[in-house]
Amino acid sequence: MADTVAPTTPASEPDTTLSIDLATAPDIHGQTPTPGAAHGEGGEHGHATSTGLSNNKLAMWMFLGSECLLFGGLISTYMLYRGRHEGSPSPSQLYNIPLTSVSSFVLLMSSLTMVLAVSAAQRHDDRTTSTWLTVTALLGATFVGAQVFEFTEFYHEGLGFTTNLFGSSFFTLTGFHGVHVTVGIILLMSLVGMINRNKIPGNKAEVVEMIGLYWHFVDIVWIVIFTLVYLIPS
Amino acid sequence: MSSETTETERQISHAVDNAVEPAHSVDEPAHGDHKHGLTDLGYVKVAAVLALMTALEVTLTYIDIPGGVFMALLLSLMVLKFWTVVSYFMHLKFDNPIFTKLFYSGLFLALGVYCVALLTFQFFNPS
Repeated sequence: MADTVAPTTPASEPDTTLSIDLATAPDIHGQTPTPGAAHGEGGEHGHATSTGLSNNKLAMWMFLGSECLLFGGLISTYMLYRGRHEGSPSPSQLYNIPLTSVSSFVLLMSSLTMVLAVSAAQRHDDRTTSTWLTVTALLGATFVGAQVFEFTEFYHEGLGFTTNLFGSSFFTLTGFHGVHVTVGIILLMSLVGMINRNKIPGNKAEVVEMIGLYWHFVDIVWIVIFTLVYLIPS
Repeated sequence: MSSETTETERQISHAVDNAVEPAHSVDEPAHGDHKHGLTDLGYVKVAAVLALMTALEVTLTYIDIPGGVFMALLLSLMVLKFWTVVSYFMHLKFDNPIFTKLFYSGLFLALGVYCVALLTFQFFNPS
């Protein structure tokens, strides 16, 4: 209910007081109160923040920035040790470029389906969002399946995790990426379940966008790995 | 209420609005929350360009070209693909610049740190 400064002047005198609606007036920080904000309720678009930006999104971008350091370390380690393949076939003999190219294409297309899911979520089209998220998860599962097949082939050809430094650094790098894709698939399927049961609190489109940012990050890491590890010979 | 008072009220109200600009209301989401980016068809076109660049990368590995040119082309395509996904699919091109700064600061910090690490191990030394 609006609190107002009530006029107290007699009716015969000119009214010089102001009537300000305190419920909708901006506070000293420039924030406009949102319905339910005082009770800690998340509205459709969440709370106003001191930066004017979504805190969730800010945190996600900081997390992705820090992930660059993690994968940077793993890629650098691989670059240093890729020539140390004593006791096993060389990388150029092991790598199956056609298979890896197809799986790279699959992961790239999963980024397309993910961004289409985000677009549908912004239109509040839950059914289309769920469909695109499921397709994204299936494409991600295809990528992980191809990676498991590749690892198995390498093992049969004599390259294990502890065979040499090349094997250790290769399996650590690509394995870490595979784990990230698997976590992404779990997030996507959980999201589909939550959307179908209408269990997402707050801004649904933003939640889909957060998962999307993580998924695209996994894709850009693979873009780097595909070129530096597979396409550029040692 | 007289017209003079109404005019005074309007002027003061306008001054308050200008002095304390609201961040956003419930109907007007925070920067970065609103619908932004390309249309669905636009995203499909971007994906087609990315697929073409990937095909070009793979094709390069089957063509006999000098090592330096090969490396330069592959690295350029990699950077271009990376930038395209980050800018269009991750919406950095359309979003608040602070997100771009956050992400690229992490990325360039990683690049700097690991380039120094590789230099320490004489990775770039041809011998």
